[in-house]
Amino acid sequence: VYVPGETLPSGTFEDLAMPHFERLYNFACWLTHDRQEAEDLVQETYVKALKGFSSFQPGTNFRAWIYKILRNTFLTSRTGLKAAATVPIDLEGEDEILPPVKETPESILLQRSDSQLVQQALEQLPVPYREVLLLCEVEEMSYQEISATLAIPMGTVMSRLSRARRALRADVQKMQQKMQGTGAKA
Amino acid sequence: MVCDAWTEKLDAYLDGELPLAEARSLGEHLRGCSACAAESLNRVQQKRAVHAAGQRFTPDPAFRARVQNSIAARKPVRWSRAWFPALAGAMAVLIVGLISIHLNRERRGDQQLLSELADLHVATLASSNPVDVVSTDRHTVKPWFAGKNQISVFIFQERSLGEQASGNTRPEDAVQTALSFNVRSWSHNGLRYFVIGDASAQDLDKLSELMKAAG
Repeated sequence: VYVPGETLPSGTFEDLAMPHFERLYNFACWLTHDRQEAEDLVQETYVKALKGFSSFQPGTNFRAWIYKILRNTFLTSRTGLKAAATVPIDLEGEDEILPPVKETPESILLQRSDSQLVQQALEQLPVPYREVLLLCEVEEMSYQEISATLAIPMGTVMSRLSRARRALRADVQKMQQKMQGTGAKA
Repeated sequence: MVCDAWTEKLDAYLDGELPLAEARSLGEHLRGCSACAAESLNRVQQKRAVHAAGQRFTPDPAFRARVQNSIAARKPVRWSRAWFPALAGAMAVLIVGLISIHLNRERRGDQQLLSELADLHVATLASSNPVDVVSTDRHTVKPWFAGKNQISVFIFQERSLGEQASGNTRPEDAVQTALSFNVRSWSHNGLRYFVIGDASAQDLDKLSELMKAAG
């Protein structure tokens, strides 16, 4: 923990930023769907973060800060702009309280499905759903951190997460049904 | 439905975001409600599935090293009290530098004027006319050449000299040199007099005293 105004030891940025490198890269790959583009995104994120490090308030959440830089950099990239243009309409008004989800026996299959199916379903999710799920489940961020990273209110974090989980479940179910149908025909 | 109210909070409960009191109540409910317990299990398994599936991409170690090197190469500078002495020293050097630049400029201005006077003196010596009157956009020059003595006298309107002669040419008692000529100068009635020649400093002093006495 750094006391504001105190001299930071040299290499502090490196010490703070490099432990997030692998995860930032993973997150970037999920956003871009392209390894080369992910590398460019991560590289640019580190350059921007280093340049703006003086604006970072010591003692605040560095992880949320650097993820935010990466996400904003992505959103202003060509891929990011394209992804933002395909955001589903039902994201509008996502703050509304969602009805409880009733699980069916089929949906329970999700948890037994292999990782590949979940990966495919994740890939198909719109960026706003994908990123909130990844930040919560993979990065294990708190709602507050997600709120800071995505610059959305806590209520929106909760409702978007709920929608994202339902969408993922629905996609996995569809894929499973498709596979079962294909298997039955064969 | 009672269970609907609980399942609404299940995600926050499993994400560890429910306030302690509510989390305790929901935990108690889950122990007694098989439907909600099953739903809770489903969601936990989904969380695990996404957690595992989400950790998919690993960066190339060479890429990591490249980024790390680029960071190490351009470490940011943070201002702190430790910089104050260095900063104060740098400011002092800067101030001294500015002063010396200013003085040098003045000196250069004086030197330039003396150099021009020397040039005019040489031009006058080389001229076939005993008297030249030269005018420029900057000042009016009225030299008189006393051929045998090889001394030139230049009289300027003082305001026309402007900033050019602001320093060392001002002191009236000092004899200066320009291009190996001795120069003596003084001001009188808004005019600035320069006497230049290869006569000795004492002779120039005598001449200037005589000219001052003549008014």
